[in-house]
Amino acid sequence: MHIDKKYRRAVNIEPNMCWECYSCVKACPQDAIDARGYADFAPLGHSVRVRREEDKGTISWRIKFRDGREKNFVSPITTQPWGEKIPRLADFAVPDEEALESQLLCHEPDALNIETGLPTIDKSKFKQGVYY
Amino acid sequence: MGFKTVFEDCDILVVGGGMGGTGAAYEARYWGRDLKIVVAEKANIDRSGAVAQGLYAINCYMGMQWDENQPEDHVRYARNDLMGMVREDLAYDMARHVDSTVHKFEEWGLPLMRDPETGRYQREGKWQIMIHGESYKPIVAEAARKSADKIYNRIMVTHLLMDESQPNRIGGAVGFNVRTGDFHVFRAKAVIVGAGGASHIFKPRSVGEGMGRTWYAPWSSASAYALPILVGAKMTQMENRIVLCRFKDGYGPVGAYFLHLKTYTQNAYGEEYESKWYEHTKNLVGEYIDHHPTPTCLRNHAFIEEMKAGRGPIHMVTKEAFQDPHKEVVGWENFLGMTVGQAVVWASQDIDPKYINPELTTSEPYVMGSHATCSGAWASGPEDVSPDEYYWGYNRMMTVDGLFGAGDALGGTAHAFSSGSFTEGRLAAKAAMRFVRDYGKDPVRVSERQYEELKTAVYKPLENYQIGSNEIVGGTVSPSYILPIHGLQRLEKLMDEYAGGISNNYMTNEPMLLRGLQLLETLHEDLEHIGAEDLHQLQRAWELKHRAIASESVVRHTLFREETRWPGYYYRGDHMKLDDENWHVLTLSHRDPESGEWTMEKAPVYHIVD
Repeated sequence: MHIDKKYRRAVNIEPNMCWECYSCVKACPQDAIDARGYADFAPLGHSVRVRREEDKGTISWRIKFRDGREKNFVSPITTQPWGEKIPRLADFAVPDEEALESQLLCHEPDALNIETGLPTIDKSKFKQGVYY
Repeated sequence: MGFKTVFEDCDILVVGGGMGGTGAAYEARYWGRDLKIVVAEKANIDRSGAVAQGLYAINCYMGMQWDENQPEDHVRYARNDLMGMVREDLAYDMARHVDSTVHKFEEWGLPLMRDPETGRYQREGKWQIMIHGESYKPIVAEAARKSADKIYNRIMVTHLLMDESQPNRIGGAVGFNVRTGDFHVFRAKAVIVGAGGASHIFKPRSVGEGMGRTWYAPWSSASAYALPILVGAKMTQMENRIVLCRFKDGYGPVGAYFLHLKTYTQNAYGEEYESKWYEHTKNLVGEYIDHHPTPTCLRNHAFIEEMKAGRGPIHMVTKEAFQDPHKEVVGWENFLGMTVGQAVVWASQDIDPKYINPELTTSEPYVMGSHATCSGAWASGPEDVSPDEYYWGYNRMMTVDGLFGAGDALGGTAHAFSSGSFTEGRLAAKAAMRFVRDYGKDPVRVSERQYEELKTAVYKPLENYQIGSNEIVGGTVSPSYILPIHGLQRLEKLMDEYAGGISNNYMTNEPMLLRGLQLLETLHEDLEHIGAEDLHQLQRAWELKHRAIASESVVRHTLFREETRWPGYYYRGDHMKLDDENWHVLTLSHRDPESGEWTMEKAPVYHIVD
């Protein structure tokens, strides 16, 4: 999406390389972006519209069929106040040399939620070639 | 061209801010407190990469806490789905860590559905858990933002740099800002490639206004492969392209429909067809057809044969499942959460799956390392579970020192998907941090000559356009340049016709591949004469160059493997049968950066679990 220099409006400068991901439609603060399906296969007269509301934590869809039928759906987009539960790892205790040399990643083994530790495997069992 | 050059010196550079890149940026901060960590992303990390529009499932979660699956089970599953061959060490390693990634996603706010009876995550199938993932990517991007020192959005990385103080050692990357045109030189002690796999190397089903409505994102421009290939990194399994069975035209995924909604397929006459092709398939691949679950390529094969036999279209029987209002909601939200375009197709064609069974199709081929196939760079595994031949010091390091990969970039790690790609990014970042600790004492040596030569090359398409357009007396046709869209369509056509695309029912053979290589060679030459009208087209020009390099790799690998390992993904007409005696091996390629010569070799498959 670019801003049209003359009209100061958002414009898709290359619609035939659009994925129809609706990211621009969702992001527009004025809900001003509309889309229609591709001429290759989508007859006119339909619409799929969306409103994404971070403060409510929801996304709402309205689907209008060519013949006028409608369907509406609402889904959650997050379970937490936006961004608050995402840590700043720079504030964590500095990992020691042993942790650095181990196979463990940040938050492990705790975050695996298992008591047996990070799984590993015995190299002597490795086989080469065809195996069914 | 008078574009400004902007320098950035850092310890770890992450190229691409998708799932792999965000995982890398996040983890790098934990281990490297004093390191400078920088991300360069072509779009904006809030909505970049394959997860841009969201996901309705996480396809890789073990559930070790409930003993649902163990990493060994994942290895068996991925190996079976790819007809016996993956990098089992890499798959195992990703699988043993992936649960910790998913648990963090939930903590950060990603809505994971729960089974009301068991309280566990709601399974869609054995491996998938269901999520309300519209904001999956913005949530994950926030994690990366809190970790990285700097995130550059809108920078297309065109080339990697080499450290000139020692052979075969990475030195950073260059690229340009697609909005301002600034040239960016990143000097880095380690680079993690988290760029995208390859859509649009084969002609897509829609070629008009809707050519962008491909299955994988159109911005996945094969940079994951071209960047490492151009500096001489070895690639593996690049022939192992994927063809997807999807809802027609919108490419809506079928996983939730098959697994959760229990819908099923039938031919145009209401007949079950897969079992009809059992003997035929057995004749090609032997007992692989008896494996459970049936490998995805073999199910594709039955679909393709049934269509060729004139009994299409193939339909998904949704009318029964959709009578249940809960299932109907799941069916629609599945698309709204990750493939909006499918809802658009159905709305426009008045297809309500409650009353009409929608059509399915098989897609054009894609090449990628994070989904169900495993094309990508040949990388070291982890010390504790890798055979000696697969281990050279640093987990996820390619065959260029200091160059790491994650997600689509890495070969051999099929079925990683979103959570697995993020996990691979984490693994690569920890290893990259250790590499910087061990070898990063001295500053990176990148000469002015190295980046200035690249700068000239990067902006050449703008110059080609400016000069070439002076020759035009009317209209738009230039005698001396082609536009990025022209080059893209030539590439897609030749790959489609010679390397096993849709118009030939995925068939190719040695003479066709050799002809394809000739045409690729002249395409490479013509890409020196590509004309870019503006910075946006300059980005398209470089995406195309990356796609063309990756395509050559695909053709050479396909030529090298003289068997049909994955019928349903592609066929070698001159070697129609699976050949375990000679080809139960991984294929490797290397392109000499100086001469441009390619060499191919076989690498053994190690089975690390029974």
